[in-house]
Amino acid sequence: MQFTCFTLMPYRPLDMEARHKERSAWVVLPNRLYDPVKGADEYESYINQLAYAEELGFDNIGVNEHHQTAYGMMPAPNLIASALIQRTKRVKIAVLGRALPLSNNPLFIAEEFAMLDNMSRGRLIAGFVRGIGTEYHATGVNPVFSHERFHEAHDLIVQAWTKPGPFEFEGDHYNFKYVNCWPRPYQQPRPQIWVPSQGSSETVKWAADPSRKYQFLVTFSSAELVTRYLNAYRTQAREFGYEPSGDQMGWAVPVYVADTDERAKAEAGRAIESLFGDYLPNPWEMLLPPGYTSMSSMKTTMKLRSSLGKVRPTADQLIDSGTALIGSPATVRRKISEMVDRTGVNSLVTMLQFGVLPDDLTKRNMEMFASEVMPHFRK
Amino acid sequence: MAPPIQRHKVRDIEARMMRAGSGAPLLFLHSAGGFPVWTPFFDKLAAQYEVIIPEHPGFGDTAGPAWIRNIGDMAMYYLDFLDTLGVGKVHLVGHSLGGWTAAEVAIRNCGHLKDLTLIAPAGLRVKGVPSGDNFIWSAEESVRNMFHNQKIADAILAMPQSEEDMDRALANRFMAARMGWEPRWHDPALARWLHRVSVPTQIIWGANDKLFPSVYSEPWKQGIPGARVEIIPECGHAVTADKGDACAATILSFLAGR
Repeated sequence: MQFTCFTLMPYRPLDMEARHKERSAWVVLPNRLYDPVKGADEYESYINQLAYAEELGFDNIGVNEHHQTAYGMMPAPNLIASALIQRTKRVKIAVLGRALPLSNNPLFIAEEFAMLDNMSRGRLIAGFVRGIGTEYHATGVNPVFSHERFHEAHDLIVQAWTKPGPFEFEGDHYNFKYVNCWPRPYQQPRPQIWVPSQGSSETVKWAADPSRKYQFLVTFSSAELVTRYLNAYRTQAREFGYEPSGDQMGWAVPVYVADTDERAKAEAGRAIESLFGDYLPNPWEMLLPPGYTSMSSMKTTMKLRSSLGKVRPTADQLIDSGTALIGSPATVRRKISEMVDRTGVNSLVTMLQFGVLPDDLTKRNMEMFASEVMPHFRK
Repeated sequence: MAPPIQRHKVRDIEARMMRAGSGAPLLFLHSAGGFPVWTPFFDKLAAQYEVIIPEHPGFGDTAGPAWIRNIGDMAMYYLDFLDTLGVGKVHLVGHSLGGWTAAEVAIRNCGHLKDLTLIAPAGLRVKGVPSGDNFIWSAEESVRNMFHNQKIADAILAMPQSEEDMDRALANRFMAARMGWEPRWHDPALARWLHRVSVPTQIIWGANDKLFPSVYSEPWKQGIPGARVEIIPECGHAVTADKGDACAATILSFLAGR
């Protein structure tokens, strides 16, 4: 199994009382609540954590993109990736991912990723996402055209990497007289592509297509939904006539390991509740702007996740549903093994820092996960 | 009483349509809220005119084709619609998104129009005076922010919603975003062509509009030659429901004075 150490870089010094006077920690959260001095410390801590993951033996380290939010401090994840290239030698660096439809010039994304791939001598994993619904409020991009723009931007970027330039690109949303990516990617023909997703059927089908076979990475879901979505991917691949490898399937999950289940819960309980109760919740008008998913998909999501943002989930609920893996090494190993048995997943993206979890506990958590859990899956 | 539902077909679109009353034809283009409920406001218009209310493509029960991608496509569709309706020239009345659509029709071709009534139309903006964000408002805010008279909002919020109502509301929301998400509820080109509106025009606005503040009426007045503006006091964005009687009287008086 391959392991990725991933962080969202939440702004931990957030005034939670002030935050809960707003409808969301996204888009409308006044930025006077951001203190640049504390924020600078946060960047330093998180970059140190990710660099340390290489020493601990992780295969990959991961960052991602979110806008106008205390949930994650990386509107430009490539900047962090660039810093991490200078701090590491071996690990792959996964940008999970860039939100393609939000860009009015996806060629910039192709160019920046190609630069990172060269600067790291082929250590880039390229993640492509659409951004979450709130991002369409944050950028003004019309969510109705989100899918069209995603597919078109994807085609443009992959062509820019793989097709001899210069060539002309003719799209509905993007048009270029000259596409001629300097530099070309270091990895030939191109870097690996991962597609983080919350399980929409459109994305499953698209990622599993034999011409792509992208890693489908399920994020922020209960064990039941992760199982359902990964198996939907497998079923889809079989319908396309092939058996997907375990590396085509990924599971992104908050993880906390301590000596005992009780201690793990005591140490991580407040932090996991803050992730799901303070940072993540959005009213559905923000999370699902019109057209962001198909109408049928939107109705399904609204039913499946009807409680999202309304009820503050407790640590016990998050643990019991398998949305977070929190417990002793034996417990966490067992839950991962069970997911492997149910789905064949072979890529685990661990969030070992989440919510307000402080640096000291994060460091111990990373060390314990690396020494007590990871080796078990290396056989 | 609500008239029976008819359909009017233009190319691959079969629009749901209400038609009632007799007299000169009055075409009413509805807001982003969707195909309207028949209210006393429409009875008042139908007492003197033949009121025709089509549902916009993509809204409610009227399937929308992929080729309607923006407000310009919607306006061109309504020019086709007017070509095929076969009633001669109409009094064109539009509310909010429907007002914007009516204005986009008028700058392209006034040939089918007798006159133009725009009720709190989208389509123009006033820099420095932000519009309300009806895409971020909750369901309750969306209702409350439409009305000055909160008793109407209370009554609407108390009404049960069927599965079909919710499907229609979702369709309305999708098509509204297609038209008005970006640039938000306006067309930068429209202001450049308002001088082409060559029929008598009345602009009606609620003084307490929380979506498009009533000062938005000013660029319309400045842009359309001879346009007159009526501001209805104690009235929100949903003018035809919040102050239905006053709105109908304002429209009828304008049409009668011609």
